[in-house]
Order: sequence, then structure tokens, then C-alpha cells
Amino acid sequence: MKLQIEKWERWFLYATTVMLVAFLVAIFASIGEAGIHLPTDEDQVDPNLLEFSAYESNPAPFNELGSRPYTGTEDDIEWEVVLLARAWAFTDGEPVDAERGVPIITVPVDTPVEFVVTSVDTVHGILIAEVAVNAMVIPGQITKVVTEFDEPGEYAIICHEFCGLLHHNMYAIVEVVG
Amino acid sequence: MTATQQPATTDAVVVEQRRWLKWQLYLGFVGLFLGLLMGFLQAMDRTGIDLYDAFQLQTYYQGLTLHAVSLAFVLTFTFANSFLTLTVMRSLDRPMDYTWMIQGSTITAALGVVLAAAAILMNQASVLYTFYSPLQASSLFYLGAVLLVVSTWLVSLNQMLTVRTWRKEHPGERLPLLAFVSLVTFLMWDLASLGVAVEVVVFLLPWSLGITEGVDPLLNRTLFWFTGHPIVYFWLLPAYVSWYMMIPKQVGGKLFSDGVVRGVFILFLLLSTPVGLHHQFTDPGIDEGLKLLHGVFTFGVFFPSVITAFTLMAALEHGGRRAGGKGLLGWILKLPWGDPVVVAQLLAMIGFVLGGATGLLNASSTMNLLIHNTSFVPGHFHLTVGTAVALTIMGVAYWLVPYLTGKPLWGRRLGVLQAWLWLIGVMVFSRGQMAAGIEGQPRRLFTTASAYIDESWEVWNIVAGIGGMIMFVSGVLFFVVIGGTLLQKQRVTVEMPVSECIHDRTETPRWLDRAGLWFVVAVVLVLIAYLPVFITHNYEFNVLPFTLY
Repeated sequence: MKLQIEKWERWFLYATTVMLVAFLVAIFASIGEAGIHLPTDEDQVDPNLLEFSAYESNPAPFNELGSRPYTGTEDDIEWEVVLLARAWAFTDGEPVDAERGVPIITVPVDTPVEFVVTSVDTVHGILIAEVAVNAMVIPGQITKVVTEFDEPGEYAIICHEFCGLLHHNMYAIVEVVG
Repeated sequence: MTATQQPATTDAVVVEQRRWLKWQLYLGFVGLFLGLLMGFLQAMDRTGIDLYDAFQLQTYYQGLTLHAVSLAFVLTFTFANSFLTLTVMRSLDRPMDYTWMIQGSTITAALGVVLAAAAILMNQASVLYTFYSPLQASSLFYLGAVLLVVSTWLVSLNQMLTVRTWRKEHPGERLPLLAFVSLVTFLMWDLASLGVAVEVVVFLLPWSLGITEGVDPLLNRTLFWFTGHPIVYFWLLPAYVSWYMMIPKQVGGKLFSDGVVRGVFILFLLLSTPVGLHHQFTDPGIDEGLKLLHGVFTFGVFFPSVITAFTLMAALEHGGRRAGGKGLLGWILKLPWGDPVVVAQLLAMIGFVLGGATGLLNASSTMNLLIHNTSFVPGHFHLTVGTAVALTIMGVAYWLVPYLTGKPLWGRRLGVLQAWLWLIGVMVFSRGQMAAGIEGQPRRLFTTASAYIDESWEVWNIVAGIGGMIMFVSGVLFFVVIGGTLLQKQRVTVEMPVSECIHDRTETPRWLDRAGLWFVVAVVLVLIAYLPVFITHNYEFNVLPFTLY
């Protein structure tokens, strides 16, 4: 019995090793080949200098909120959306949609878009589930994520980190146009 | 304790120590009860019924904070404290060296619970169990958390000192396995808990008292998750102690090798902590490469659980075959399916297989983008901590309460039903949560109040709600069985079951018995994984507090 167990256990561990290595290869391929990246170490910003509404005197890039052609230096990004988050709203610098009560942000279809977000108060998050945009928004840190919308239509950006009493009402809409 | 003391005196010390440990276990049951009740409210919310007003709670988030703190901190800590002190006493066949440390542990835990519960119930700490700054809770809440952690450190210190005394009296012998795994579980936690200890004592507590003005929210998150992943193993390893060291005995089988079990616990000591960044895959301000380093380590920590799955299955098969089981799977039917102690834990293991598999998904950095902070995550961890751990604690309670009170277990068949209901409930609950999560439903969603509910989530929320209610019924049955047991008039003597190994400790090499040495290696691994994080961090303590609940 003893030898049999040892043999089976060894094969069980080999099989597990192969499986885990295959998973790791797949993960690194999804980063290296498919270009799916995690948020990484970007710039910092002093949240005490940020105004949510009268944003024109904020430190860059949060002095020019909204959706527009990309102004940065990366090669493979064509559009940018700069947002501020606070409890319990996002803003793109424009008045909220009268009917929906939240911002509606227009971006072009089939275009690499960078979202640039920070918080003026507590920790928030951004989740656009259909395109795997999923990042934390932490006061003091600048969150940058790049994605591309393949289908025109309406997408929700949801705050997915608890940020207080009305956290469950905090979202915005992305309108993707063809 | 010295060897010259009279046996009668030793017995009196054991009785006194057990009494304090019994009360600490009961404190955990209070946590379990509160957690279950809040879980019920959450399940109702998922089906569209808001009961928070009726329960005099301000918000869903207040209830959720109470749910998580009661279960993830109070139940688990007090169970580990109580259970893994008793195992050391049984394994070394002696009382712990210091009764005052046991008393101190129970008192600090109780005080911690009172302070934290008071803060939460007054709606002064609705910050969830992650208490991310700059949301600020009452200082009572942070103080309560500190006291709960101190209670675990007292247990660990007492274990170390008692083991040292034993080793002096038994030179050249390997430490008995049950004591070794209990000791290593707490050593892992000692190292792991430093993150949250620094976060609370150095930053949050002074800040909540107005001594400091600002905090660094990202630094606090990193410190929290330094502890926040290995805490999972502090929940899980006491269950593993039961699965390895008791279940084989309880099913009439034997463990294969003492050395392999030590190896598994040493791997947990080494790999539990240097993996915390995989909870921060989506955080800004942390380098992607460092996240991936932790991601790779995270896959390493899967190994000891895989060995566990194999070894336990072998021990179960050994037991089933000795009971007359034939054929490839016939031995499964011969396991003691009428014993609630065993059934609860076998079903907990089934939950853990699914929990482990879904955990690999969370750990895969790019795939995690699909499910991070969605309701997939609670779907996952109710299979691990909510079943592998919680259902094991209930199964252990079915012999541990008789062991501590001398009262025979009441309602064996009800106990078996309770265990099955829990597994069925959690399967239904997690299915709903995971499916809604994959459809993009954020976790911790106050369903009945939310401004956005996608149509695709609705049916899965009802499924999750029904599953949660089944779990609640199961939880109530647990308290009925324990209550019935405490009302028993008969007295029995219950022994603590301890597994035997086919290859026992006399065959174990010395390097697998050196807990202190492995602790040093664990520290080195933590430094490799975390020094770059703390060196490259941009320290800014300028974020002011918010109380937005």
C-alpha cells in the first residue's frame, strides 16, 4: 500500500505542476501577447488640491475633464476620458443628463480609450464589466486603464468599492457611438 | 509547570484552563449567531425585501460590517485560540505553561468584541471589515480590532513557551505532530498579522483619536492585504488541523506520513504571506511587475492544498476500506455518514474543492479583471471561509462542546441534516452570486436600494437569496443542536481524537521539526516580496478622514 500511495501522490503532484505552469503561461500570454494590463504605478496627485465642480484650477490632468482625442505620448492610445470621483458621483466636467441624473460620456467605437480617474475624497472604483475595465480609484493616486469598445451602445461605469451611505447609486454612463 | 508537581494539581490547572477556553469558544458562537442573523438580512435584501429598518439598523452597510467582523474576525479568531490551545495540551499531555495567558486571551478577545460591536451597533464604524481609509471608524472599533489580534498573540506565545518546556524535557524527540501543526499555524499568523497591526496601531488609531491628521490610503491598503490574504490561512489551518489530525481517526483510517503533514504546514508558513498584492491587482500606484511576482507566489501556495486533498482522500479511503468498503468508490459509502462530526467536515471539504478552484480564477491576474469586486468574490469565499471553515467549526463543535462540558451530543440526526442543508444552501447561494458577478454585478450591492440593477442579475440574486436563507436555517439548527446538548443532564467523558500515522514521528527527519528555522525562511520570503513594494511606495500622509455612513 505504501509504495502505491507514494507513486500516485507523485503523479498527482506532477499533474498539478503541469496545470499550474499552463495557467501561468496563459496569464503571461494574456499580458504579453493579448496586451491585457493591470493598473500600474502612475503619477500621484494631492487630493486636497482637487475640486470636484470648479475643476479648472485643479492640478493637471484634472483641470481638463471630459472625453476627447488623446493628448498624451503613448503610441497605441487614441482617445482619453478624464474623470473625477467623489461620494457618490463621477464627473466629466459636464452637467449631468437631465433625465438619468448621471453623466453620459460619449466615446467612439473601435478606438483605444484611456480612462484617467482619481478621487477627491474616499476610495472608489470603476467597473465596466463588458470590457473588463476594473480598477480601484484611490485618493492620492491616478488610475489609468485602456480599453476598446467593439460594439456601439450604452455601458455603465459602476463604482464597485464601498464609499459610504449612497454607494449603490454611484455610476455613470458611457455612450459608445459608431 | 514543572515535572515535580503532583498530578492532582496538574488536573486542577487543566480544568481551570479548559474552563477559560470553553468560554472563548462560546464567544465565537456569539459571533456566529450575529453573523448568521446579518446573513439572513442580506439574503432577504437579495430577494427584494429590506428588513434593516425592522432590525433597528441604519443601513445595509452597517449590517454587512457586523456580518463580516462577527464571522471573519470573532468566530475564526476565538475558535483558533481555543481549539489550538486544547490541541497543544492534548498533544503534549500537559497544561499550558501560563494560565494567565489563557485568561488574558479570553478577556482581551471579549473586550475586543464588546468595543467593536458597540462601535458598529452605534453606526460609528460602518466601514466594512476591510476598513479602508480614509473612511474613518470610531477609535473603539480600531481598539477592538487590536485587542482581538492581541488575544491571538497571547495564545501563540503560550504555545511557544509550552513547547519549549516540552522540548527541554524530551531532548532529541520530534515534537508530536498535533502540537507541531498547531504551533506552525500560529507562527504563520504572527508574521502575517504584523501588517494589520502596523496599519491600525501606527496609522488608524492615532488618526481616529485626532493625534495625526492625514493618512496614506494606498499604504494602508497594502498593509491590510499583507495580513488580508494570509488571514485566509489563519481561518483555514485550524480546519486543516481537524481534517488531518482528527478526521482520519474518526473514520477509522490512518494518515500516511507524519513528515508530509509537517511539510504541508511549513509550506503554508512560507507561502501564505508573500502573496498579498494579488488582492491589489487593480490598485493604482503599485508596479505591475510586483503584482505579477505576488501572483506567481500565489500559485505556489496552491501546492500544499493539493497535497492535502490527496493525503486526506487517501486517509478517508483507508478508513472506508477498513470498514469493509469494496471497489473503486465503494469505500465512500462505508464512511460514517450518520455522524454529524464527520459529515459536516466531509461536506466542508467538498465546498473547499470548489472554493479552491474558483480561488485560482481570482489569483489569475488578467482573468481577475473580469470578477474583481464583483459578487463572484463573495460567491467564492463563502465556499472557503463560509463552508470549508465555518462548517468544519460546526462539525468540530459537535464533539468539542461535549469534550469541554462532559455533556453528550444531543440531536445527532439533526446535526447531520444541518450539515447537508449548509452545503446545499451555500451551493445555491454561491451559484447565484458567481453568475451575477460574471454578469458584472458589484459585490456588497444594496440590492433593494440600488440605482442600477441589470436585468441579467435579477434571477441570480433571487437564487443567491434562497441559498442564503437555506444557510440561515442550517445555522439555526446548529444552535438548536448545541442548545440541546447544553441542556443534557447526563455526563460522559469525551476524548480528543488524534490521528495515527503509518509513518510516525520517529521516522520524520529533524529538518521537518524545526519550526523556528522555517519561520526565519518565511521572514526572508516576505522581505523579498514586500521590500520592493515598501521601498518604491510614494509616502504621502495627506488624506483627511471621511465619515460618510
